[in-house]
Amino acid sequence: MSETAFSRAELERYSRHLIIPEFNIEGQRKLKNGKVLVIGSGGLGAPLLLYLTAAGVGTIGIVDFDVVDDSNLQRQVLFSVDDVGTPKVEAAAKRLRALNPHITINTYNTKFTSDNALELINEYDVIADGTDNFPTRYLVNDACVLCGKTNVYASIYRFEGQASVFNELLPDGTRGPNYRDLFPSPPPPGLVPSCAEGGVIGVLPGILGSLQANEVIKVITGVGTTLSGRLFLFDAATFETRTLKVHKNLQNPLTGAQPTQTGLINYEEFCGLKVTTRADYSDVKEINVVELQKLIESGEPYQLIDVREPYEFAIANLNGELAPLNTVSEYASRIRRDVKVIVHCRSGVRSAKAIRALEQEFGFDNLYNLKGGILAWADEIDQAVAKY
Amino acid sequence: MAKLIIPTPLRKFTGDSAHFESEGDTVQALIDALVTTHSGLKPHLLDEDGRLRSFVRIYVGDEDINALQGDQTPVAQNTVVSIIPAIAGGSN
Repeated sequence: MSETAFSRAELERYSRHLIIPEFNIEGQRKLKNGKVLVIGSGGLGAPLLLYLTAAGVGTIGIVDFDVVDDSNLQRQVLFSVDDVGTPKVEAAAKRLRALNPHITINTYNTKFTSDNALELINEYDVIADGTDNFPTRYLVNDACVLCGKTNVYASIYRFEGQASVFNELLPDGTRGPNYRDLFPSPPPPGLVPSCAEGGVIGVLPGILGSLQANEVIKVITGVGTTLSGRLFLFDAATFETRTLKVHKNLQNPLTGAQPTQTGLINYEEFCGLKVTTRADYSDVKEINVVELQKLIESGEPYQLIDVREPYEFAIANLNGELAPLNTVSEYASRIRRDVKVIVHCRSGVRSAKAIRALEQEFGFDNLYNLKGGILAWADEIDQAVAKY
Repeated sequence: MAKLIIPTPLRKFTGDSAHFESEGDTVQALIDALVTTHSGLKPHLLDEDGRLRSFVRIYVGDEDINALQGDQTPVAQNTVVSIIPAIAGGSN
């Protein structure tokens, strides 16, 4: 390691690290020799990538299949308006290379899946999980355990953030707890807040992603004490922070007393995501946005019910009557039976659920689901309607 | 009274309240009081047999109740009990 040399430009760039006594040039050498794979270049990935690049991690890999969207810019500070429509890994690499030309950036413009996970992870020393869904969380964890890599974890929801370091190589040669010690299996989809109920305050991934970058640097350099065996919680709304203990769980299917899993699995299935699909509502009657527009223009009487939440209605609406899905039954007495009733939501899933519930509970037979919801209306009929 | 901290994803069942206080002297008594007051929370925390669901972690102070006495873990005045949910992200 001592043969790793720094140019004058590098020494000057990293001088604020080099003058920290316990960090010094040895810490910087470890960073330069370090290889970190950042999975997801979104809200968490943005500060992670910026700080790891600035700090001088020698090789950084970025995995993301997405393109930059307008709605990303509220929190994904890596990107600018000019990047909208560009693959995220491309936009990220351009920005990061401009920030630090002394390091290597590898990009993988692909979805992180059971098929490529082990191959990608094996090329790196430390993995930073900046993903946004349960199947990929479990995939990252399991792949890190199987490949013997440290998984630096952070996760966010609205005002709440979590961070930890999983599967770290400890001084005694064993590995620290992993994600499955904390959460052996995911909550079933019905109990998880749906996409439409989600959202996140834009600064929160900035805070958690920065903490993640700090943990990555500590893991690589050995400076300080990492979050291995501990879970850090931050509530941005109340400013309550807690650090809880994480123990190994004997029931862990990978690392417990009697391991039952020796490879990667189908994580979509594991998280129950194939259970609820649009196909379940395929027999719900539909109307498309063009037909709805004609209906409105025809002067024929109809009723339009919007089963989204009030905060969604405030972003964009079609002048429908607001009756959120979870209270739609209470609204049944106000739903007409003598005219065509169009039910809509954001994309058409919740409105199909609402129709099914109303048909079964109250025997309606005049309810039509607006195919594609208000998003389709914004795409095909009225560009002034905001998509969210 | 012990103080229970409700995580963000479950606050829609507590009228957005972040805290719950009760006189219960065990974790189970506290959870029972919580789901009695906020019945919408029950299926998220307990299974059909009234046992804590596997994807929900309960902590007393900084310790997992599984490393203590499970749902019979005693709680004293001012004990802080946390419900820790699995959260995945927030981009979508």
